[in-house]
Amino acid sequence: MKIHIKNGRLIDPAHGVDKTTDVFIAAGRIVGAGDTPAGFTASCVLDATGCIVCPGLIDLSARLREPGFEYRATLESEMAAAAAGGITRLACPPDTDPVLDEPSLVEMLSHRARLPEFAHIHPVGALTTQLEGKALTEMAELFEAGCIAFGQANRAIVDNQVMLRAMHYAATFGFPVWLQAQDPFLARQGVAHDGEIAARLGLAGIPVAAETIALSTLLHLARETGVRLHITRLSSAAGIEMIVAARAAGIAVTCDVAVHHLHLCDHDIGFFNPQARLDPPLRAQRDRDALRARLADGSIDALCSDHTPVDDDGKQLPFDEAEVGATGLELLLPLTLKWAREMKLPLATALARITAAPARVLGIDAGHLAPGAVADLCIFDPAAEFHVTRANLKSLGKNTPFLGLSLPGRVRYTLIEGHLAYDGTLG
Amino acid sequence: MTRNPQLTAEGELKHLLTIEGLPCEMILRILDTAAPFASVAEREVKKVPLLRGKSVFNLFFENSTRTRTTFEIAAKRLSADVINLNINTSSANKGERLLDTVDNLAAMQADMFVIRHASSGAPHLIAQHLAATGCDHIHVVNAGDGRHAHPTQGLLDMYTIRHYKRDFSQLTVAIVGDVLHSRVARSQIHALTTLGVPEVRVIAPKTLLPSGIERLGVRVFHAIDDGLRGVDVVMTLRLQNERMQGALLPSTEEYFKAYGLTQERLALAKPDAIVMHPGPMNRGVEIDSAVADGRQAVILPQVTFGIAVRMAVMAMLGGT
Repeated sequence: MKIHIKNGRLIDPAHGVDKTTDVFIAAGRIVGAGDTPAGFTASCVLDATGCIVCPGLIDLSARLREPGFEYRATLESEMAAAAAGGITRLACPPDTDPVLDEPSLVEMLSHRARLPEFAHIHPVGALTTQLEGKALTEMAELFEAGCIAFGQANRAIVDNQVMLRAMHYAATFGFPVWLQAQDPFLARQGVAHDGEIAARLGLAGIPVAAETIALSTLLHLARETGVRLHITRLSSAAGIEMIVAARAAGIAVTCDVAVHHLHLCDHDIGFFNPQARLDPPLRAQRDRDALRARLADGSIDALCSDHTPVDDDGKQLPFDEAEVGATGLELLLPLTLKWAREMKLPLATALARITAAPARVLGIDAGHLAPGAVADLCIFDPAAEFHVTRANLKSLGKNTPFLGLSLPGRVRYTLIEGHLAYDGTLG
Repeated sequence: MTRNPQLTAEGELKHLLTIEGLPCEMILRILDTAAPFASVAEREVKKVPLLRGKSVFNLFFENSTRTRTTFEIAAKRLSADVINLNINTSSANKGERLLDTVDNLAAMQADMFVIRHASSGAPHLIAQHLAATGCDHIHVVNAGDGRHAHPTQGLLDMYTIRHYKRDFSQLTVAIVGDVLHSRVARSQIHALTTLGVPEVRVIAPKTLLPSGIERLGVRVFHAIDDGLRGVDVVMTLRLQNERMQGALLPSTEEYFKAYGLTQERLALAKPDAIVMHPGPMNRGVEIDSAVADGRQAVILPQVTFGIAVRMAVMAMLGGT
């Protein structure tokens, strides 16, 4: 199929491109931009007038809930949500049931996901078996099966000797390790940021030290082992400053932040709103402001959706009993645009955090639109609004703190390897 | 953020979920309403017909004989029909969802739910759910949720203080003990600051204070002798035995030594200071028997006033 994308504003952050032009696709790849390549006859013309044409979004953390939690979401439902959100590539954490700690499970997941309208998936394999933090998984085998990195999802490795060895082993093969920085003891029973709001509402707190102490350990061990460390879902101002300092000291570390933490803080718990029950917890306003600024200046590499479908039974509970997580695939682009607008950032800078930058974290050739690149594209209307309603969300996870809001940006088309995976003009 | 869920658009009391956010006039109105109810108990027939024909459900997801009993007495003195449900021993163990339990009871034509729950915010969740399911006519009274609030306790404490001290505007009040885990302390703090008490102190070791507590408008003391100096009211908090686990405190003995309210310490307060306790007391842990039974203790009047205050709250919510 040969596709001609007409009259859109092409923004390709990796190559510093931002101009109104046409884009041409053939055999699943970009063949050119600007003038029609010689001999190109389009079989499909997509009108992108008034729209931004950018690389397909890359999400570093999206739970698809398969295998094991199909009552909350299925591969089909969440892939439809990803396409509707302009996401063409995503990494999924290993906390499925069973856990992604065996090559056959990873192969099965990759096989199930191999449909043309499905985003490319990159499973993050379990770093320890059952995520128990005791024994190493067969990382080389898991890598062969398609894992791009190894991690623990939300679960900690308590034993630092195991952590040291896991990092050493991963570093032996050059595998990246992706970890959340949260001390499990300081976070024990905690459900909200340890501060004034938690004190007022009588909620058990998780202090910022839970993040900084864990981060300090991880950074020390990363220096010791030379492993490529990626910190997922930072939550605090102190945390990001530690990462900036570690980089300056020569430690190879990247990091991301979840899109909810860019817009919300502990005040948004309001009257015990279980939608605001997230992991890590929403922190204070100054933490949120620091995350926003540090993502803008590039200290935080990437923005992820931390997509976690939770059903109503899991959310319609008192705050401390409610399940953590929120739906995010379809909100990643609108919330990125909202942040960019509020921070007065150039669109190209904002889009880089969800395209070129996560591609670099993944260590793959993606997230850009140079001739020859895989034709993963997102075409969206920045002037249109997305109304966050249960009906408008394709994900089976209907729970998000943003329900009821109107956010900027509506995806019009999503192309995955030159295949039209989502057509928003069909209504 | 949504409007304060316990007030109607006209500012009337719809539920009593927390003292936080209640206007000063509303608190005073509740105390004023309670005053005549205190005398109902002295009549030969201890009943008024304000809630006749109404059904009050005591939903206790956490055990509490004392609080449940006072709510039961209050409702019965208002002539309501009272149904007691101890849910931690029935459906919650069978895995029934909290809101399913609520739906079922709402379908039994309840007029008021009095709710005790171990999770902070559970009464808010229930009130929101009732609004969402068209059961808005059912009033919710929070009888204690997690560490969050125990508003009727806070109100009866204010009633007691007003009874003995008349005026809130000149007082120094000290709250002593496990503020971290105490819903009572939070309700007391909100009530005292709203009523214009110029100095509210909390006295506790650092392990029993939530971070950010000073943002609630209190002065923090770690040494009890400093904190008690010159106060008009001492409000002691119950220390639960499980606090000895989890590395919060070494022993009840050491706690008593450092924070127990003794006669010697009480002597640092004003000579006419009153001593309060929400009950049940641990003698020799947070309070010495000599103080608990002493002339400055108003612990039993608190219990009596508690019934009048709970009658006032229920009458204002459900009275016709």
